[in-house]
Amino acid sequence: MAIYLDFEEPIKELKEQLEKTRELSEKDQIKGDISSRTKELEGLIEETTKEIFTNLTPWQRVQLSRHPERPYTLSYIEAITDGNFVELHGDRTVKDDKAMVGGFGMIGDQSVMLIGQQKGVNTKMRQFRNFGMANPEGYRKALRLMKLAEKFNKPVVTFIDTPGAFPGLEAEERGQGEAIARNLFEMINLRVPIICIIIGEGASGGALGIGIGDRVLMLENTWYSVISPESCSSILWRSWDYKKEASSALKLTSEDMLSNGLIDGIINKPLGGAHTDPDAIFGIVKKEIQAHLGKLMKTKADKRIDQRIKKFSAMGVFEGKK
Amino acid sequence: MGWFKRIKEGITTPSQEKREIPEGNWYKCPECNHVLTSLEHAQNYWVCPSCQHHERIGAGEYFALLFDEGKFRELAVNLTSGDPLEFVDTKKYTDRVNSSMEKTGLRDAIRCASGTIHGEKVVIAAMDFRFIGGSMGSVVGEKIARAIDYAIKNKCPFICISKSGGARMMEAGFSLMQMAKTSAKLTQLSNAGLPYISFLTDPTTGGVTASFAMLGDLNIAEPKALIGFAGPRVVKETIGKDLPEGFQRSEFVLEHGFLDLIVERKDLKDKLALIFKMLS
Ligand SMILES: [Zn+2]
Repeated sequence: MAIYLDFEEPIKELKEQLEKTRELSEKDQIKGDISSRTKELEGLIEETTKEIFTNLTPWQRVQLSRHPERPYTLSYIEAITDGNFVELHGDRTVKDDKAMVGGFGMIGDQSVMLIGQQKGVNTKMRQFRNFGMANPEGYRKALRLMKLAEKFNKPVVTFIDTPGAFPGLEAEERGQGEAIARNLFEMINLRVPIICIIIGEGASGGALGIGIGDRVLMLENTWYSVISPESCSSILWRSWDYKKEASSALKLTSEDMLSNGLIDGIINKPLGGAHTDPDAIFGIVKKEIQAHLGKLMKTKADKRIDQRIKKFSAMGVFEGKK
Repeated sequence: MGWFKRIKEGITTPSQEKREIPEGNWYKCPECNHVLTSLEHAQNYWVCPSCQHHERIGAGEYFALLFDEGKFRELAVNLTSGDPLEFVDTKKYTDRVNSSMEKTGLRDAIRCASGTIHGEKVVIAAMDFRFIGGSMGSVVGEKIARAIDYAIKNKCPFICISKSGGARMMEAGFSLMQMAKTSAKLTQLSNAGLPYISFLTDPTTGGVTASFAMLGDLNIAEPKALIGFAGPRVVKETIGKDLPEGFQRSEFVLEHGFLDLIVERKDLKDKLALIFKMLS
């Protein structure tokens, strides 16, 4: 059964009405032709969906980015590579972090290193994947795979979907801060093209740890910021009740991030969020990756790195020149 | 005590740096309750003579402590925060910035300067916790970027003294990208073959730890400084247990392999000079 968010309630009601009408007709409890009634309802569903989804508030987008039926990284990878994917494990130092996945895959006839945070699809898997919160070894595994891609001159695509780097005791002991910092430093200098796509939640340093790219793209209904709206609310408002206000204040939507020059593009989804039509979104994402890679791979590595450094160095707004 | 005399006399620098030390005031150590005059405390590098507690100090104090004769040239002095997101929580961001400027006399949470250490030219970026918790926004990122550019141009080492609660939330995405920006600039410094010393002081947490503070050729810390990515309160909530004694303190971080050494404040200048000599 489909899961609806609070603001999707009107859509849910209409869909239930539609189903009921069909059911009653099948049982012959409604006599005659129901096609005009179902057509009317279908029209209403489309209209209502359009209305709701073209006027989403930042908080509603945050809710959508966490929708439990959204596709996660491995689903994207499976679809985009048509199953031609070899998952690689481990950071060669501590362990294999299940919250960070990666490996080589074929996109068309191009071999690509695909890396991303992985969330679980049910209660058991959510725990197994640590809710998409990587430990330091996850970031080190990601870096190991990026270096492997660099060695064999294959481009890197990262899928970002995390509520943050894991804030546990062992994560601190094993240097969560150092692991993320090292990735920023190394990704800036990586000699192969990097495309980063935020497919769900882009929370803070945990997202940025695999987020340095020649192209940083956001799916439409995702968020990317320095802190989650809930944590922001608890720190600045000293209460958990201001997550809506915090969502607006943080300017964390794809449109805001693009207009502030902090990302390079938005990938538009079918109306209604990625979960309503995963196949459509997989196709769109694949085309985007291929289009960007086509351009990036024509550029020389030194020039690409130079442009990467210039892009990130230009980020910031301040007063005063000297 | 040459450096202290300079402070007492009030050094004149391009930014009219002055630190008055009122005679007759008392300092009580928050760790061991030892009491001494503020003057004695400052003479001892703001370190408790009884338990070696290193009191937090500002960027100006570090400059006075490290630069020869307390002389330095401040870089990118006039940069101040914009308000790109027109951020309002319980207060306007612009009001927070303005009141912080008034209260501290600082323009943002970092100051950068060039000068010499035992005759050798260096650039120092020093964060100041008094300014919105030493948080990193666009100004901090830009000043570090310019300090690194200056170091590359003048072929000299770069020292960054971190002291920060992490991100400047009121600059949200811009704040986050300062992690990327500072790391990008450090790759340029590294490619130029110039030394970068990261000096971590109490506290260094969040996005600062997860970017430039952990990227030193050498990572050096003051004793017992809090150093971590997640704050101790968050870690405690995550594990639902009390944290072990000394968790996330310099000594703990060194034992886990993320610091090269811990240096007491009184030894810092000589130690840095020695290291630069060995690296040159
Ligand atoms: Zn003491």
